Amino acid sequence: MSLDNFLNLEQEYDIVVIGGGTAGPMAAIKAKERNPNLRILLLDKANVKRSGAISMGMDGLNNAVIPGHATPEQYTREITIANDGIVNQATVYAYAKHSFTTIEQLDRWGVKFEKDGTGDYAVKKVHHMGSYVLPMPEGHDIKKVLYRQLKRAKIAITNRIVSTRLLTDASGAVCGVLGFDCRSADFHIIKAKAVILCCGAAGRLGLPASGYLMGTYENPTNAGDGYAMAYHAGAELANLECFQINPLIKDYNGPACAYVTGPLGGYTANNKGNRFIECDYWSGQMMWEFYQELQGGNGPVFLKLDHLAEETIQTIEHILHSNERPSRGQFHANRNTDYRHKMVEMHISEIGFCSGHSASGVWVNERAETSVPGLYSAGDMAAVPHNYMLGAFTYGWFAGHSAADYVAGKEFSALDKEQIAREKQRVYAPLLREHGLPPAQVEYKLRRFVNDYLQPPKVTRKMELALERFDQIEEDIAQLKAANPHELMRAMEVAVIRDCAEMAARASLFRQESRWGLYHHRVDFPERDDANWFYHCHLKKDQSGRMVSHKREVEPYLIPLDDHERNAYDKLRLKAANG
Amino acid sequence: MSQKAHDIFFRSNAPVTVDEDKCIAHKGCTVCVEVCPMDLLAINPLTQKAYMQFDECWYCMPCETDCPTGAVKVEIPYLLR
Repeated sequence: MSLDNFLNLEQEYDIVVIGGGTAGPMAAIKAKERNPNLRILLLDKANVKRSGAISMGMDGLNNAVIPGHATPEQYTREITIANDGIVNQATVYAYAKHSFTTIEQLDRWGVKFEKDGTGDYAVKKVHHMGSYVLPMPEGHDIKKVLYRQLKRAKIAITNRIVSTRLLTDASGAVCGVLGFDCRSADFHIIKAKAVILCCGAAGRLGLPASGYLMGTYENPTNAGDGYAMAYHAGAELANLECFQINPLIKDYNGPACAYVTGPLGGYTANNKGNRFIECDYWSGQMMWEFYQELQGGNGPVFLKLDHLAEETIQTIEHILHSNERPSRGQFHANRNTDYRHKMVEMHISEIGFCSGHSASGVWVNERAETSVPGLYSAGDMAAVPHNYMLGAFTYGWFAGHSAADYVAGKEFSALDKEQIAREKQRVYAPLLREHGLPPAQVEYKLRRFVNDYLQPPKVTRKMELALERFDQIEEDIAQLKAANPHELMRAMEVAVIRDCAEMAARASLFRQESRWGLYHHRVDFPERDDANWFYHCHLKKDQSGRMVSHKREVEPYLIPLDDHERNAYDKLRLKAANG
Repeated sequence: MSQKAHDIFFRSNAPVTVDEDKCIAHKGCTVCVEVCPMDLLAINPLTQKAYMQFDECWYCMPCETDCPTGAVKVEIPYLLR
């Protein structure tokens, strides 16, 4: 067998959207609305019908900015504070101003939100300061709603394509996509005038405490492909050291879920059944307190619901066991955990990159443009802090419009045969190799190293060792053997995870201070150091192919912070629990 | 003679199971195969029924929820159960 055995399939589209989960479908639809003459392709590694983080729906909006309940200015202030000040407010503010428009669009499409007796949205308070949580008890159909709109807009869809690299032209602009079919192993060469990356979080970076490779918090399809593709195309990535770490149901590794149960009276408790944090909103500071409680004598940590009334428990069960991660009910039943009588044991997740929950992502501005011409990004992988699902929809919308405007009147760039040949050789090597290492074992070892050396609290010497280990894994990747196209997909993902692991280590070493609570706690630099590090830290591949970091000024605030609220998220530990 | 490592396969119990009496894959249905985000299910060419081919389950449930005849059952993978 040789490289010639793998068919080259060539196509061209004005815009290629990679990732059909949340942001991707919105980007494709809005680009088409902006200019109905455009030819748009939506590529998915899985199947758009059930792909991405909201494969089984979502139980609520975590950041709805609804007139009468919250203002864009208030929301922007809150996220600035929750993210320890390192925020390009223009991006958060652009989201906040468009948030309600996005909700109305989803509502018109048939997504069901909770409303009160008067027909007003039933907004709840979960954050420290404002009210932005809008329940969606019937949110399990959201992917069906999106799929219907994709069909209506006549968006071309190709499923089961693993995109591996972006093509760039002589000017450095993105001009195409390369990938392969994870069933037939055909090689896809797609010419494009613009590409929108919506590939979700880097969810397979750390190994879950269970040791099960695919027992991740994120949908494991989201291995970090978008981060790696953007990096290799020359894009800048922002604040990657602000890891995603979430409080989850132990072993099950899904959300417990405080945003749903909090407004109904549930809360996070220690082994004495006592509250220890004021606010269950996921921030680095909250995770810091959670970690302290877990590690101290007061652990484990639990979600406490056993004090609630029967009808409230039934409401919670209905929402949690039919949305987002519906196998939760079965998990609890297997372990005889009935919300009525037992608290739910919790633990912390593996580390990952995700701007949807924290702030680690591919740098974008308020138009969803990355630092590379012709390349756009939205959703969990695009660096708009705490953006969640509604932010993914909103930035998908922005990316669709921006890309449609960019390609207007633009010609295709010629593709570089050398880039294509090199990538084809890299991709198919594991299939052509007669003997070699199994991808699942290399992935296991790599992700165990990620846990051993990168999990906060971060230690300089450990992270330096991590870089040595990741270099050795690079050599192992050159020895991978894939027995079939499916295993080839896993082999290519190992390379993606290794790239992300190196980015996580280098980004964390670069910022010599502690910030964002547990997300970036550096034992050797335990204090926040605004004098030297009140900056964004960006990472990219330089001209000679090295991974380099630099500081970038935090943009002047559009919405100034009041002194009394500036430290609101620093005081999450309850005074009683402190004593 | 040089030494060559041969493959040893690691046994696992499939967490996703299919009731072959209910499965209508032989009539052309591929719903569960289509919706699995991880691409773990396939149609067995001999029996013409769906089965779990790869053990990388995220216990996310589309295969069970979307099956038109209720033939697919997802168990939590043993390591997490």
